Amino acid sequence: MRLTNPLMVFVKLLKPVQIPGFLLSIGIFLFVLMAVNALLTYSPAIKVTTIWSDPYYRHITKFSFYQATLSTLLSVLLAIPISHALFRREFKGKALLLKLFATTLVLPVLVAVFGLLAIYGNSGVLATVFEYFDSELPFSIFGLNGILLAHVFFNLPFACRLFLQALNSIPDKQHQLASHLGLKHYYKFRFVEWPHIIGQLPHVAGLIFMLCFTSFATVMALGGGPKSTTIELAIYQAIKFDFDLQTGALLALWQICLCAILAMFIQKLSRPSQLTTNYQGAKNTFFHDSLFSKFWDFGWISLIILLVIPPLLMVVISGLNQQILIVLSDIKFWLAFKNSLLIALFASLAAVASAFVILLASRQWRLLGFNGRADKIEMLATIILVTPGLVISTGLFLLLREVAHFSSLAFYIVVAVNALMALPFALKSLALPMLHNAQKYELLCASLGLLSWNRFYWVEWKALQRPILQAICLSFVLSVGDLSAIALFGSHSFSTLPLYLFQLLGSYQMQSAAVVALVLLILSVGIFIVIESVFKEKERQPKVASNKYE
Amino acid sequence: MKNKLTTLMTLSTLIALPALAASPAQEKLTVYTYSSFASEWGPGPKIEAAFEKSCACDLEFIALDDGVSVLNRLRLEGKNSQADVLLGLDDSLMATAKNTGLLAEHDIDLSNINMANGWNDKTFVPFDYGYFSFIYNSEKLKNPPKSLKELVEQRDDLNIIYQDPRTSTPGLGLMLWMKSVYGDQVGNAWKKLAKKTVTVTKGWSEAYSMFLKGEADMVLSYTTSPAYHIIAEGKNQYVAANFSEGHYTQTEVAAIVESTQNKELATEFMNFILSDGFQSEIATGNWMYPVTDVVLPKEFEQLSLPVKSLSFSSEEVAENRKKWTKEWLISLTD
Repeated sequence: MRLTNPLMVFVKLLKPVQIPGFLLSIGIFLFVLMAVNALLTYSPAIKVTTIWSDPYYRHITKFSFYQATLSTLLSVLLAIPISHALFRREFKGKALLLKLFATTLVLPVLVAVFGLLAIYGNSGVLATVFEYFDSELPFSIFGLNGILLAHVFFNLPFACRLFLQALNSIPDKQHQLASHLGLKHYYKFRFVEWPHIIGQLPHVAGLIFMLCFTSFATVMALGGGPKSTTIELAIYQAIKFDFDLQTGALLALWQICLCAILAMFIQKLSRPSQLTTNYQGAKNTFFHDSLFSKFWDFGWISLIILLVIPPLLMVVISGLNQQILIVLSDIKFWLAFKNSLLIALFASLAAVASAFVILLASRQWRLLGFNGRADKIEMLATIILVTPGLVISTGLFLLLREVAHFSSLAFYIVVAVNALMALPFALKSLALPMLHNAQKYELLCASLGLLSWNRFYWVEWKALQRPILQAICLSFVLSVGDLSAIALFGSHSFSTLPLYLFQLLGSYQMQSAAVVALVLLILSVGIFIVIESVFKEKERQPKVASNKYE
Repeated sequence: MKNKLTTLMTLSTLIALPALAASPAQEKLTVYTYSSFASEWGPGPKIEAAFEKSCACDLEFIALDDGVSVLNRLRLEGKNSQADVLLGLDDSLMATAKNTGLLAEHDIDLSNINMANGWNDKTFVPFDYGYFSFIYNSEKLKNPPKSLKELVEQRDDLNIIYQDPRTSTPGLGLMLWMKSVYGDQVGNAWKKLAKKTVTVTKGWSEAYSMFLKGEADMVLSYTTSPAYHIIAEGKNQYVAANFSEGHYTQTEVAAIVESTQNKELATEFMNFILSDGFQSEIATGNWMYPVTDVVLPKEFEQLSLPVKSLSFSSEEVAENRKKWTKEWLISLTD
């Protein structure tokens, strides 16, 4: 056989519909590299050794690992009994609780921090209770305590949902069999339920670890000084405070390396997960109940309710104060509101459009069984997950600063960076539905000759409306709550709601801050509710599993 | 009704995208400054009105978090900056700012400046000065420390709040103050101070409002801060502690940006800085000492003047700032 140039073979294998996605994915990857490079080459001398020879950066690297490990352990270990309890029990409001669980991860960080401060802060509810009994709060929310608390608040519900999904996928027969064999509590858990949890464990733990490792706004708001600083925050400080762009970029590369090693490690540990975990097992009716297990489950479910509900409730309660009219008639608030809305709208549309195009490319490969290739093209576009938003926005600005002014670029850069940051989530939520759609209709479309726009409208849009809108929602909420892309560009004349909230918190205008936090909460939870109800009306089919994070 | 109208108007502007470029009807001078200067309770609005009356132009303050942010915004924008003038850097940032090559020299007449050591810098024009100091409530704290060393080494009964030297100019001031008193031993001194530190805040206003809420015995601010409480609130209990080693001095400065398209207008503004129209707003607007001999409110006589004013040259600061900040960081993380 004649040898051919592998590149030519590769290009020939590429279908026309794959080309835009292929180019876009590579473009995004190159763009991220260029942005980091723009920072690195900002000043000529590169001192690569600055990071590991510097005791401060060693300290924050250690601290990043330390807090992320603790946060992950706490979230995952608590999630096991809690999801188990939720799996065994049915109660009023369970569906609502699970919906709330889905929102904590995408909730604007500062809103959650505000709620947590209102409960656990120096002048929060708990402190008032302690004061009533003439004693002081035995802990301070600032520092490691607060970081861990917030991370558990964000990630424990998320982990619970994923474990619950795993438990729900236990086939009915296994429950029956366990019942026949007389397996009770511990043994049933050990031999029936645990294998399903352990299958999810590396993925869940890995994802939570990454999210905590690169945590930014939480640490900024609750860190309380140089002692509790993560690498992500140090990047922000190097760029924003010292204008030391090189150190910022080096730290970013350092963080990317650490995350990459970690990701590979997780890949090794975990079994290949099937793309279809949609299977909903029968309700777990075959189990031996006892007083002890009732108390046990009740305890764990109360714990999670006590963790998740009060902070959110406090955001609502403290938001409804006398300042509400003053804030709502302040032009500054409306400017921030307008910026937030526009930025999130454009960013979410751009993110979902890009995800769609990239998935058009990757699903063709999946159809042909080239899963590795498909994973790679999606991975390229996901690199932003471990690259700090601030590094990208600074780099992008440095690349463009000859072309236009700061203030005219700021808006577009923030949109672009937010779109990039939402892209991995949009990819994740669209990947499965789009693949299913292709599996169903690819051949039909080919035989009918349905192409381009017609195919998009009649096949993709008709079937994928719901996941597409959900992806837009998800990206919208992520962008609306983001603080890292705006961090560099914000000034008192250009701000978004989270930045405005941060400024108000910074100047101790707690009541106004409470109002803004409430608005952000309504905005981010509200949009999910609106979309849900729109589809409910349309379909009259209330039970549809929404696996945004599959 | 008015609220509703504003809401409606804002909502209607939601549709409009931010325009790529605004077309100025009249000459516009853009000044980057820190937020408390430009805020409604700062001197900014009055100064803006006064200058616009004399120049028939539009003066716009772009408010950034603090002096360090002002400089960093300019460095980030480089030669394509919109700023015509920077207002609110301080003397310790001068050499760093000059080294960027982004600032122009001026030809302002500096003869009416009335500062102890005079002023003859070719790039910067000073607009106010003050002395860093720890403020306490004399009704609660009866025996304030008499020296920085006493505060750091002996007074375990006290707790303090100060600002981050990386983000705030008072924080930087404390770092230099500690350095000038302790020299090479400053690492140990920071560790001792860390034990009585409630928190290190990002900016001055957070620290000061926490202090006023009673969360600490002393807060880092200026010797002139009590004047605010005396004049604006009629309260006499807030006092600046007078330390025997002397107090670190801060001079706040302004400079013209090299790339400005409005050099003439910028120069006019720099001249205005040294005129009575600007200087008379300083004492009761920015709560600092003016640099010319405008009349001070009589309440300023009650303020304690430091026995000695300490300072490093801005070249020394530019050279060592990173090293000294690291010293501070490391002694806090151990």
